[in-house]
Amino acid sequence: MKWDEFFVTGEPMIYGAMASIVLVTIAIIVGLTYFKKWGYLWREWLTTVDHKRIGVMYIISALIMLFRGGVDAMLMRAQTAVPENKLLDAQHYNEIFTTHGLIMILFMAMPFIIGIMNVVVPLQIGARDVAFPRLNAISFWLFFTGAMLLNLSFVIGGSPDAGWSAYFPLASLEFSPTVGNNYYSLALQISGIGTLLTGINFIVTILKMRAPGMKLMRMPMFTWSSLITSVIIAFAFPVLTVALALMMFDRIFGSQFFTMSNGGMDMLWANLFWVWGHPEVYIVILPAFGIYSEIIATFSKKNLYGYTSMVVSMVVISLLSFLVWAHHFYTMGQGAMVNGFFSITTMAISVPTGVKIFNWLFTMRKGKITFTTPMLYSLAFIPIFTIGGVTGVMLAMASADYQYHNTMFLVAHFHYVLIPGTVFAVIAGFHYWFPKVFGFKLNERLGKHAFWWIAISFNVTFFPLFFLGLQGMTRRMYTYSAETGFGPLNLISFAGALGLAFGFIILVYNIYYSIRYSPRETDGDPWDARTLEWATSSPIPAYNFAVTPNVKGRDALWSAKHDNQPIFDGKIEPIHLPSNSGKPVILGGVFFVFGFALVFSWWIPAIISGIAILIVLASMSFDRDHGITVSVEEIMETEKKLRGETL
Amino acid sequence: MKKRGSLLVLFMSLVLLLSGCSSITVLDPKGPAARTLSDTILFSIAMMAGVLLVVYVLYVVFLVKYRGSKTKDDYMPPHEEGNKWLEAIWITIPIIIVAVLSVVTVQSTGAVEKVAAGYEDQKPLVIYASSSNWKWHFSYPEEGIETVNYLNIPVNRPIELRLYSFGPITSLWIPQLAGQKYAMSDMVNTLNLVADEQGSYLGRNSNFSGQGTAHMEFETLAMSPKEYGKWVDEVKTTASKLDETEFKTLLSTSYVGRKTFSSTHLSFSPAPGDHSDHMKHTDMENGNKEHQENKAEHPVPANPEETKFDAIPNVNPNEPLPQSPAEDSTEDIDHTSHKGK
Amino acid sequence: MKIDATKPLEYGSEENSNKIFGFWIFLGAEIALFSTLFTVYFVLVNRYATGPNGTELFELSGVLWETFLLLSSSFTIGLAVHSMRLGLKKPMMIFFGLTLLMGLGFLGIEITEFFTYVHEGATISTSAFTSSLFVLLGTHGAHVSFGILWGASILLQVKRQGFTLATANKSFIFSLYWHFLDVVWIFIFSFVYLKGLM
Repeated sequence: MKWDEFFVTGEPMIYGAMASIVLVTIAIIVGLTYFKKWGYLWREWLTTVDHKRIGVMYIISALIMLFRGGVDAMLMRAQTAVPENKLLDAQHYNEIFTTHGLIMILFMAMPFIIGIMNVVVPLQIGARDVAFPRLNAISFWLFFTGAMLLNLSFVIGGSPDAGWSAYFPLASLEFSPTVGNNYYSLALQISGIGTLLTGINFIVTILKMRAPGMKLMRMPMFTWSSLITSVIIAFAFPVLTVALALMMFDRIFGSQFFTMSNGGMDMLWANLFWVWGHPEVYIVILPAFGIYSEIIATFSKKNLYGYTSMVVSMVVISLLSFLVWAHHFYTMGQGAMVNGFFSITTMAISVPTGVKIFNWLFTMRKGKITFTTPMLYSLAFIPIFTIGGVTGVMLAMASADYQYHNTMFLVAHFHYVLIPGTVFAVIAGFHYWFPKVFGFKLNERLGKHAFWWIAISFNVTFFPLFFLGLQGMTRRMYTYSAETGFGPLNLISFAGALGLAFGFIILVYNIYYSIRYSPRETDGDPWDARTLEWATSSPIPAYNFAVTPNVKGRDALWSAKHDNQPIFDGKIEPIHLPSNSGKPVILGGVFFVFGFALVFSWWIPAIISGIAILIVLASMSFDRDHGITVSVEEIMETEKKLRGETL
Repeated sequence: MKKRGSLLVLFMSLVLLLSGCSSITVLDPKGPAARTLSDTILFSIAMMAGVLLVVYVLYVVFLVKYRGSKTKDDYMPPHEEGNKWLEAIWITIPIIIVAVLSVVTVQSTGAVEKVAAGYEDQKPLVIYASSSNWKWHFSYPEEGIETVNYLNIPVNRPIELRLYSFGPITSLWIPQLAGQKYAMSDMVNTLNLVADEQGSYLGRNSNFSGQGTAHMEFETLAMSPKEYGKWVDEVKTTASKLDETEFKTLLSTSYVGRKTFSSTHLSFSPAPGDHSDHMKHTDMENGNKEHQENKAEHPVPANPEETKFDAIPNVNPNEPLPQSPAEDSTEDIDHTSHKGK
Repeated sequence: MKIDATKPLEYGSEENSNKIFGFWIFLGAEIALFSTLFTVYFVLVNRYATGPNGTELFELSGVLWETFLLLSSSFTIGLAVHSMRLGLKKPMMIFFGLTLLMGLGFLGIEITEFFTYVHEGATISTSAFTSSLFVLLGTHGAHVSFGILWGASILLQVKRQGFTLATANKSFIFSLYWHFLDVVWIFIFSFVYLKGLM
């Protein structure tokens, strides 16, 4: 292989990306060395097994990926803003929409959700940590490895270019000869293993680590949604694992699963992909529903309406999510009977989803609504997401889908579902739980500015796409002629995208501004909230709760505040905590080398790093780590400090 | 609060509806299949608008009425577990809506998968539409002609498009005539359509298939049976034959513009898994057991000529058959005359 | 760490019982994984193109030996866990070691079998059928190989540390894993080999 094949060349944008990657790396290294922070970074973050810190690392990575995916989106909207635009060529555009989809779903939405789950779930159930803290660190580092591997493809070897769904035979070696789709199979595989382990970890955590009295039907709704999402992960991700493995075998080892000769079957890929792909949508949307349930209840000063039906509807959604995959390809010719079945199962999902919408509305009824930033995002979610929902029902109708499929109408629909559904939720959750983690709120004024920019620009960007779809504009088209008449609406959409970008810039600026100027809290419960995570101090001590809470009902903190039911009626006892470990991050590094070598079919490095993976795993097995014990005196001291009392 | 955003959306949609896009392609059908779909879409929009209205009214009322700035300082919201009757209502009504939509879906899906109502007694015109990177091949086995990147059809006659692909999955979509369907390398899909109005309709590949996807557009020209017959005869007399070498070159050329031939590629490169009797059977490249079984059930006819269709389209028995071929070459047929309506 | 003396050692602490519960969920995910692989195999089993099909390829004798070895090893790992509960270190190690040896024997036969297939012209690239066959068998085989390495490291830890909360827990979890591989093999034996030979 020649060097000019190895590095992607010939595009000013690529050189820019390379230069910025090198510059940012140098800046980070120089900065860390100058401020002597290497030791701090290693001890406190890279080797941590603390669920809160792992959560924070997930969220930081997700924010960086949001930036990367956002730049992709801006480039796409800029390219299609006017007819016959020459900003990007076809190949480049194809790579960008592929990575946009992959990054936003797998490396932005999901890690953001998992990050919030990491921070919040153990606190909400009154646990000291997740069930398997070190496994949790492995999950994070595998996700991070996958994300870095995929991003590296932009400058080395070329990005995947067959769409995020990577349909065969397009994604086969014959029609996609660059290493782009090798990156696809390996980056997703590595991070997918991490996600699967997260799912198992949280199922055990939620089912086995709850504080005394925290019965299942007393759990906060976000914890419920995390449990159901984890179950979906445990059963959906193995399908992706198999699909990606078959893809890798086809591309790297010459097998014939999805090829056009020797009996290969391209339709098999589409089925496998969507058997995972549709549950994946609910993996990112159910926790979002959980976040909204917490926020709407808190800022309506009311308990969540219809708790039981909220839980039941999520369970029903999770079951149905495995029975709808074929609605992604009604047009594959499986006949009216099969399509009819999948139409009905798909539309059936709207019933439990509708139940949730009405429950949220009735939570607000007779409430006392305050319009904080997290609440604004939650309030914007309801009307916008409903548009996404009803267009989803329209798309579910197989016959009508023959006209919507592959068009901008579909693109508009899923952005109307995923942005108000997941993105607004994670931003709302970010604002809501930020003071819990860092001990100060994000600035409300800037937060509201960002909100209005984001909410309005979102509609300006995506509403026109419904009409473009009905006018016959298909997705993934890098250019169109002026006669089609698609120009004006695309231009409006681009203007909206600029507004969205501006909104996100305010949001990021707000983080910086609040770190510098926001007043620090000592209370631990800045929103007058209802659930257990607000019962401990902010920032949260490593052991979460000095005394294991004793839960006597739903909304444990609220009843403690208003019905005089103490949560902490026990004595302080020494607490056992797991100790940090550098092995998860090393494992991530070895996996990175392994994946990278396989992408380029470099067998010797691949075999060596494969053996190295086994060695790291074995050395973990031989570890005899007994953790650390925090003494009663240390706990008392920490507690005093957190309450702002001078010693 | 949020009304600002919703108002903006409403305003925008009005602007969009009233200005530039007076004709929304999908809702401007020119054939029975597309008309069924257009009606289905409009019906579902009406139903969904009702759902949206209910949600929005409740939303606005609750937001206005229960905002913290309007309630008294000492107001303490009540504890509400839920309400069985209310919850029963918002479970039952959506189930009814879904049931109604399911019936509509099953009926309309069945309808567009079949030959359109009122056209069942006519023998459909079979056209093989196959895609390769990045063009469309249309083979007319009955007439023995083939075109590239344009499709001419007679109006008021059912057309049976048989779709397959020489490469990545594509999707043939002529929004004003019918919904789309995939063309794949492993099997043949059937798309039934009828044009009941003469005109030129844009068709395209709507499924991403690589760098040239955006350029896989073709014109569908629906002409009177008479004109159609005339065109077929012209092609047969003036266009050259398509042989295997030329077809291979054609397949490997990315962009070729329009082409016309007086024979089809089906004779030397048949559609995958095809076992219709009028076709000549050659060995399948993508051999699998099913295909081989099919071959056993439908053995190669001893004399393929026997089962060949005659070239005369069976349109309307009352209409005179097309007369002698015109002198003009095929290229001179004015494809643009129907444009811009 | 609190040790609950009323329960067997492998369940002796909260952490231990969490690990066992977590492993059951992991096995659930593994069931999903193998179900997907079986589905792929059933979809592609008749797509052997110009290559051989199952009837032409499979030979019962090797498969019977594989089945015999794996079933017996499932029995011995059960005996190993039983010995562990009785606190008998040496018998436990012998049974555990026997399990791993039979696993090795299974692998040896499987690898020979793969070589025969390749020799007969059935490689992973011959047809969709052979691809799915190799990947299904290979995934199971890779699980067995990983199990042998993992089991060996557990055996070493038992030898060094005796029965502790950690080693008892690991040995028990390993036995679950090994039984699971046995169950998967029974499905492979019935639905791949026997069905293919019929």
